[in-house]
Amino acid sequence: MKKAGGRIYTFLIFLFLYAPILVLIVFSFNDTDTGSRSVWGGFSLRWYRKLFEDRLILEALRNTLLIAVAAAVVSTVLGTVAAIGINGMKRLPKRIMMNITNFPMVNPEIVTGVSLMLLFVSAVRVFGGRSLGMGSLFAAHITFCLPYVILSVLPKLRQMDPNLYEAAQDLGCPPVKAFFKVVLPEIMPGIVTGMIMAFTLSIDDFVISYFTSGTTQTLPIYIYSMTRKRISPEINALSTVMFGAVMVLLVIVNVRNGKDRGKTSPKEV
Amino acid sequence: MRGAVAEAGLLRLCRTIICEGSARRIARIQGPGDCRSQVACVRFLNRKKPERRLSRKVQDFAAECLGKSCLALALSLAFLPCLKVQAGQTQVPDRNVTINVYNWGEYIANGTDGSMDVNEEFTRRTGIRVNYTTFDSNEALYSKLVGGGADYDVIIPSDYMVSRLIHENMLAELDFSNIPNYQYIDESFRDSEYDPENRYSVPYTWGVVGLFYNTDYIKEEITSWSALWDDRYAGKILMFDNPRDAFAIAQFMLGQSVNTTREEDWQEAAALLKQQKPMVQAYVMDKIFDKMESEEAWIAPYYAGDAAILVDNNDNIRFVVPKEGTNYFVDAMCIPATSIHKAEAEAYINFLCDPEIAGANMNYIGYSTPETAAKAYMDQEMVESPIHYPDAEILANTQVFVNLPEDTSKLIDSLWAEAKMGGPGESAVLAAIILGFLAVYIAIIVGKRRKRRRELQ
Repeated sequence: MKKAGGRIYTFLIFLFLYAPILVLIVFSFNDTDTGSRSVWGGFSLRWYRKLFEDRLILEALRNTLLIAVAAAVVSTVLGTVAAIGINGMKRLPKRIMMNITNFPMVNPEIVTGVSLMLLFVSAVRVFGGRSLGMGSLFAAHITFCLPYVILSVLPKLRQMDPNLYEAAQDLGCPPVKAFFKVVLPEIMPGIVTGMIMAFTLSIDDFVISYFTSGTTQTLPIYIYSMTRKRISPEINALSTVMFGAVMVLLVIVNVRNGKDRGKTSPKEV
Repeated sequence: MRGAVAEAGLLRLCRTIICEGSARRIARIQGPGDCRSQVACVRFLNRKKPERRLSRKVQDFAAECLGKSCLALALSLAFLPCLKVQAGQTQVPDRNVTINVYNWGEYIANGTDGSMDVNEEFTRRTGIRVNYTTFDSNEALYSKLVGGGADYDVIIPSDYMVSRLIHENMLAELDFSNIPNYQYIDESFRDSEYDPENRYSVPYTWGVVGLFYNTDYIKEEITSWSALWDDRYAGKILMFDNPRDAFAIAQFMLGQSVNTTREEDWQEAAALLKQQKPMVQAYVMDKIFDKMESEEAWIAPYYAGDAAILVDNNDNIRFVVPKEGTNYFVDAMCIPATSIHKAEAEAYINFLCDPEIAGANMNYIGYSTPETAAKAYMDQEMVESPIHYPDAEILANTQVFVNLPEDTSKLIDSLWAEAKMGGPGESAVLAAIILGFLAVYIAIIVGKRRKRRRELQ
């Protein structure tokens, strides 16, 4: 009885989480001329065909992915370095630094967006550029991804035994090599989590991009601009493709992890 | 070097103009038409600006065109290949120009569903690349322009935003000798209220606002905006989710001007909207497609061009322009004062005015074209539809939005918020919620303190 209750509860939670995605996927195959999101008009792949013909959407998607990948990589490197630095600090400066890094996270996005825009616009004027664009978007995305990376790497550093690093050096390892051989593998899970988080945050972001994009367009901005007419089911098709791609990636990662574990666990025993 | 660049640009533009008049059209236009486009071409070639002065060869070519009026057309066609060769040799620097175009979302033919990819076609013909981006409202466009950090070369705001931008000196005056296709714009779309002297804008599309209703549920014939205030349809009525369009409906019912600056007028309209609020199912924009199609709502006002597709696909949905009159809107192409590629931007505007391009474009976006000549390239069904091209009688009873003074705009915003939220009653609720939160917070703090004190004792 108790078990059944638990199952129903879990089912309801998953239903709640995945129903919107399911509806989105189903309606990406909807065959209507008005692009309706509520009336079913038969199965068709027309929105997929249209999606791959639509240069504007694909261009926006390309911009989004480009920025997300670049911002994720750069903010992960910077964030990891910063986390190591912060971890080595004394108590008071550490607390001050942590507060400073947390601030952009609790700050409302729109405030971050507007202030970054003002900064970039004046910087562009000073350096004689013409307009905001890829560059400013890139800088903005690194800025707001950075704290999340720091926050996910720092706990791993705290968990790590500081003696390990010293032991490596005692055994004749130069500091740089000791870092790559000992510290980095130890905090790797935190780095990967941070990077994935930065990547998804960057793909999602609308508010900050909206203010700092200049004449470049990312996917969220493009979708938002469709609201006067109608949001085309092409977007459903695109979301389905993206959802599918992420699913496949996750499955591959999990299968590989499972295999690794299968190999290593007997040895550990 | 600079001269060479300018010359290359000119050659390219010149070629555009000549190429755009595709052989088919040249064959069709006869007599004076030839001379007119010739003159336009030559006038363009002989523009006064020194940095754009032409090379000997092009001037000779222009002179030749002038000299032999009609026959010269054939000659110029013969010249075309050599012009192309010359252009190919000197065009290199200008091919690197990219113009930034800012338009409404979903508002250009983009190559899907067998339509023409207008931007690509432009690049193919002129070598100028287009960075095309989109916005969702005039206000978004305005804030982007004012905020700085974005240099657009072509923007397509609506009527009232055009007049606002003109008032604030944010638009560049157009050089119409670069836009010979302006000749195709119908007389009735010139000298408009938002740009009285025709100096800053070229109309792109136009349309009217009307009522859509479902005949399965609404048996009577609707002729008036008052249907949106009818109790029998309460809960099935949709309304615009932007102040200007929503207020306009109330103002048509009251017989006011939509551009009035009298405060009492706006108050009166707001009172009418407040009265309507309990009957309105939702204030929406693009959701009307779903809600009307799924029969969740029965009656809704919307822009004719977008919603025509609803009528086409649903036999039970009908469109009507109410008898009190309606709003007639124009979206027009302009060049911001900050643009650094003005000549290229003008070439783009000229390109969009080409009847063939305009026709292909309208087929896709479903709005109405201001060019009669473009109708030859459009679906005949669309051209004959009264939704897209209402009778002159209906058009005579329409009003265009123009920019309102700042005081009035502020008044509208606050009145709209009040009408939509249901007036000050809701701010009391908000205050109560905030006070409630404060009380809980204080209670927690007091409770913790007491606990600590007890523990200490």
